[in-house]
Parts: sequence; C-alpha cells; structure tokens
Amino acid sequence: MSTVTAPVKPKAVVSDRSRAETRLGQKLVAPAIVLMLLVTAFPMLRALYLSTFDYALTAPDERDFVGVRNYLTALTDPLFWQTTGITVLYMVVTVAIELVIGFAFALVMHRVVFARGVIRTSILIPYGIITVVSGFAWQFAFSFQNGFVNGWLPFVADDFNWFGQTGSAVAAIMVSEIWKTTPFMSLLLLAGLAQVSEDMIEAAKVDGATWTQRLTKVILPNMRAAIMVAVLFRALDAYRIFDNIFVMTAGAQKTESISFLTYRQTIEQFQLGMGSALSVLLFLSVLVVAFAIVKLFRVDLAQARQEA
Amino acid sequence: MRSTNGLAGRRVRRRRRAVLAALAALAAGSLSACGESGKPVLNWYVNPDGVDTFEKYAKQCSTGDYDIEVQLLPNGATDQRTQLARRLAAEDSSTDLMNLDPVFVAEFANAGWLQQVEGDLADTITGSVQGDGDYLKGAAETVTWDDKVYAIPLWANTQVLWYRKSLAQAAGLDMTKPVTWDQVIQAAADNGGTVGVQANKYEAYVVWINALVQGAGGDIVSDTEAGRDAKVDIDSEAGRKAAEVIKELADSKAAQPDLTVSNEGTSLGQMFPADGAGEFMVNWTFVYKNYEGLVGGDITEQQFADLGWARYPATVAGETSKPPIGGIDIGVGAYSDHPDFAMEAARCITSEQAQVDLALDNGLMPSTNAAYDKVVASGDYPADLIELFRTSVDEGGPRPKSAFYAMISGALQAKWHSPTSVDPGSTPKDSATYLEDVLEGKSLL
Repeated sequence: MSTVTAPVKPKAVVSDRSRAETRLGQKLVAPAIVLMLLVTAFPMLRALYLSTFDYALTAPDERDFVGVRNYLTALTDPLFWQTTGITVLYMVVTVAIELVIGFAFALVMHRVVFARGVIRTSILIPYGIITVVSGFAWQFAFSFQNGFVNGWLPFVADDFNWFGQTGSAVAAIMVSEIWKTTPFMSLLLLAGLAQVSEDMIEAAKVDGATWTQRLTKVILPNMRAAIMVAVLFRALDAYRIFDNIFVMTAGAQKTESISFLTYRQTIEQFQLGMGSALSVLLFLSVLVVAFAIVKLFRVDLAQARQEA
Repeated sequence: MRSTNGLAGRRVRRRRRAVLAALAALAAGSLSACGESGKPVLNWYVNPDGVDTFEKYAKQCSTGDYDIEVQLLPNGATDQRTQLARRLAAEDSSTDLMNLDPVFVAEFANAGWLQQVEGDLADTITGSVQGDGDYLKGAAETVTWDDKVYAIPLWANTQVLWYRKSLAQAAGLDMTKPVTWDQVIQAAADNGGTVGVQANKYEAYVVWINALVQGAGGDIVSDTEAGRDAKVDIDSEAGRKAAEVIKELADSKAAQPDLTVSNEGTSLGQMFPADGAGEFMVNWTFVYKNYEGLVGGDITEQQFADLGWARYPATVAGETSKPPIGGIDIGVGAYSDHPDFAMEAARCITSEQAQVDLALDNGLMPSTNAAYDKVVASGDYPADLIELFRTSVDEGGPRPKSAFYAMISGALQAKWHSPTSVDPGSTPKDSATYLEDVLEGKSLL
C-alpha cells in the first residue's frame, strides 16, 4: 500500500460568487439526476421490492409476501452455486486469455508502422459484430455437420459433437466470447500503452535493459491503472455472460450462467419474485467482483483518472 | 459576413422545419395505421409453419368489418409461449388471435388470458371429447380446461415411426405388427442404420419422454387440476422403462452423433445418407411432404418409394404405444378490443377448408374427421398413411394438462438431459424429487 496522503489544505474561504456558482451547478445537474434516478434507481428498488414476494405472472392474484424466503431458497439451492461456479469459470478463463491476446494486439496496434488504419480496423472488427451473430457463427463453426473446426483440428474426430458434453460446450462458448471481446480489451490496453512515456523506455534502453526487462519493469508497471480498468470492465461484462450461451447451447449441458438462470426464472417461468431475488444477488456478486479487482490491483481510481 | 451568416442560419432553420414536418407526417401515418376508414385490424400471431396458408386465410377471412394481419412468432414452442404470455400478462389489446401449442392452453386459460369459446362450436368440441363430435378426441382434449372450451383446434399433429423399408427388411423386422423401441434400436444397430429422435434440451425431448412413459402405462404427473399440488408419478416402473429405452439408444451404435442436440430437423438428412443404411426416425407428420418435395433433387424416386411408416414404437412389448400429440389451436385474446370480430375470425380461420388446405399444401394434418375425409379423397397422401395419422391422434397420449406445464417440462428437461446421462436407477427418482420441489417453489429451475 502506498502511504502517500494528500497534503492538508488550509480551509479555503468560499466567496459569494463561488457559492452562487455551486448552487447554479447543482440546479443545472438536477434534471439529469432526477432522470437517472427514474431510469436506474426505480427499477432497482422495484426489483428489491418484488424479490420479497412469491409472485408468478401467470397467477397475479396469488401474490404472497414471503420476506427473505426467495433469497434463502436461492442461496441453499445447488443449482445456484453450480451456475455461479460456471460463471466464475467463464469470467476467469476468458478474461485471462483476452488479457494476453489483447495485450499482444495492443502492442501490434501501438508499434505498427505501415498500414496502421487497416491493421487497427481489422483487429477491432469482431467487436463491432453483434454477440448473437458471433454466437451463431461459432455455433456453425463448431457444428460437426457444417462446421470447419473438426476438420481443422487433427486430434478431433470428424463427427465429434462439441455441444454434447459440458467441457467442450463451455470451451466453444468461451471461444466465441473471446473472439468477440478481445478487441475491446486491446483497445483499453492501447490507451494505457500510449500513456507510457517514451522517455522512460528510452532511458531503460540506454541503461541496457533487454526487451523483456523493459516490458516487465517499465511498461507493465506504468500501465497498471489501464490494465485494471480493462480487467475490471471485461470481468464485469464476462460475469453477466448470456447471449453466447443462449444462442449456442440454450443452457444445456450445464453451461448455464447466473444471468441465464435469472432469465429463466423471470422470462420463461414468469416467477417475478424469485427472478428479482436472483437479479439482486447477481448485482451484489458483481459488486463483490468489482471490489475484489480494485483491491487486487491496489489502484487508486482517482489516480487512474489523474484527478489526485 | 453577417448576411451570409444569416443566410446559412435561415437554411438550417428551413431544414429543421422540413425534418419536423417529416416527423409529424410519420406520426400521423402511424396513428392512422388502423385503417383508412377506421376499419379495425385484428392481429393474428402465428408460428412459422404453413405461413403461406395462414396469409391466404388472413385475406380470405377479412371482412367489410375488419382486416386480419399475420404477425410471426419465433420458432420454438417455448419462445412462442414467452412472447404471447408477456403480451397477455400486460393485457395487450392488440393480441386478437393466436396460434397456441396445445400444452400451453391450460396455462393461458387458467391465467384468464383466453376468451372462452361458446355456443354450438363449444358443444361440438365438448362432445368430441366424449367421442361423439366431428373433432378428433386427441385434438378436442387439448382445448378444454375446467370443462370449458378455450380455443379451437386448427391442425392436429402426431408422430409416427418413419423408416427405410430396406433397412427393416435387412433386419428381418415385420413392420405390419407393432414394434418396440428395443427392436428398432437393435435392428438399426445390427444393420448399419441409426435411430432418429428429438433429444436436445427443449420441448420435443419432453414429448419423447412423455410418449415413452405413457407407452409403459404410466404418466409423468396426475391430478393436474390441483396445480402446484399435482401428484408426481415419474418415479415408477413406467418411468424406469422410459429411462431404459433412452439409455439403450444413447449407449447403442444406432445413436446419431448429434443425439444430445437433435431436433426435428437434424435427423431428416440421415434417412437417405450418401452411404449407410438409413434410419428409423420418430417424427411429426410433415416428414412425408418434406421428402416428397425432395424427389428429383436430393433423393430419387426409388429412395422415396423405400420410405415406410408405422405406428409409434411401443415402450414395452405387448402394450400399445401412445403416440405424441401436438398441433396448433387458435385462441382469442381476452383483452382484444374487438372480441366478437376476433371470435368470428377464429371460426373462419379454423374452417374445414382451411384445415384441408394446410394438410395438402403444408403437410399439417386436420383436427376434424370431415377434413380428414376430404384429405383422403384428394388422393394426395397414401390412404394407409392418413389412416395411421388419424388413429395416432385419436389414440395418442397428450402431455400433462396443467397450468404449470412450463415448470413440469422445464424440470424434466433439467434432469433427463443429456440423454447420455440418463440412468434408469436414478433419473426417474431424481426428477420426481426435483419436480416436486420445483412445483412447491423450493427449488430453482
């Protein structure tokens, strides 16, 4: 932990003018805040409220208040923990692989001297493709009837069904997810790479540092904030993975994520109470993940935004 | 300087005014979309089978009082239900007519989303359930809930066993007598053939499980009127017999490589493969028209002549099979702005002629005896095939009729999928416990 503390400033004298400016500022942002509350806080509170009921859309008259029972049912259910486990697996594996590939792409985009525009664009194309489309494309690719994957991989039988068992189905979903979102990762890392001062790299070069040393001792430490932002964004995204699973396996073979479980309760079974409870739990676990990542990287977010 | 600025400003303003005018025109256009002369438009939500015939009848059944417009629903039965239910739960007044998969009629009726069918038509349908009416018993049963009628049967679907005559002959299987699943799987495995089923994690897998369980003389649940307190019966001898068949196929050479993700379409191509003996396949009635349409292209006249059909295989030797029942019923939305028009349109859409057209043009079989007779008379289908369809629907085994059917189906899919993991010793028992927990709201689905 760094122990640098902000210097204690003497209490500033607030002039009438600045006070008036503050007040004007508050008035100007007020409509935006009210709107934000309407579109974000209201649904969240509503979900919290609904989660305390046993409430099915198909039998709206039989709504019962059950308190925290929905949460207890969910938290003691093996299915909840199994989907949470698989969700964490999706998140850890895809983010780890994306970080490595994304960093390589970022280096390419940063250092490339010729055809800059073309190379950058082609790296970014997958990110512009809708996830559902990517899901379908990879589903066809992995299909043993009309896909190319079995033909290209020498150690895989021609009629191997990728979606026939959990392991390979999860792998196929991860490939689609990684292909689609790596460009986003590399974009964020490219921004971080651009922030590393050329002077420092030059200085390290003069001191005789090898390429590996420059990467691990100069570039990476100076990119910590950017890496954290990239990992944070992608991890939170990956934790809520839904589209690829929906398209590729529809949750079969235990490939279900926690979002998918929530979807099934709410949209397919119309169990609004249980569905809301699950989405509250999903929200809380996303908060935990975010908190853990911020702690792990020991980055002051204010510093990352260069505010301090 | 000043004057040019003013000119540009004016131009911008003029452009802005033009955009506003265009927007206003658009808004006015969409407001008056319900007809030039205020003629109401009835929305008819259809599943994507036989849409061309639906379009034709939407036009024919439109009158001077209203127009019918066809709206397309998604492919899967579960998705169709989701979309309709969300509209109806929000009391959508523009959902006038809808094509309903029979298993969802009970749920929709119970939620008060369907207008009750009354009068002579309701009497005919109720009569048909007792066995004296023009509707096939299996079809009439799907639209009754709580002794009232909530939809009108349009077409009735059923599954039969499609097979290659040459494959059955090579196996020495006498197809004129009822065959069992065990015989079919053995025959295919020993002669280089395969067995096609629907075993992806979706509704049609439940169709298979239900047919197997009923074929062994049991059922998945009973006393379904009790809603969430229905009695779960899958942990029984019949349940174990069903699991044995699934396990036998999954372990057999006759299993198709995509068994765990198979659907109605995946095994069609295995009937006349480039090399191999072909297959036995349980599938719906559309199969005949499907292959007939391929003659001259993908398959030859001779191959088509080699296509055979027989009654759905028996789970247990000596016990008659219970072929699955599907199809489409037409329901009228309870919140429709024009309930009388919609009911009138529903009768027109389900007319005898419409049923005949669906059978002849799309291979979707009728739900009334009168329409069946006309289809036979047309000579478009082999007479024995038509007779097989009709007896299959009449003697078939419907899936459980429950307001909580979606839960029952979902719980079964969760425990019985994948077919390769089915174990007669544990799967029926596990799924019974799980289904009870899900119905009581103690377990997540």
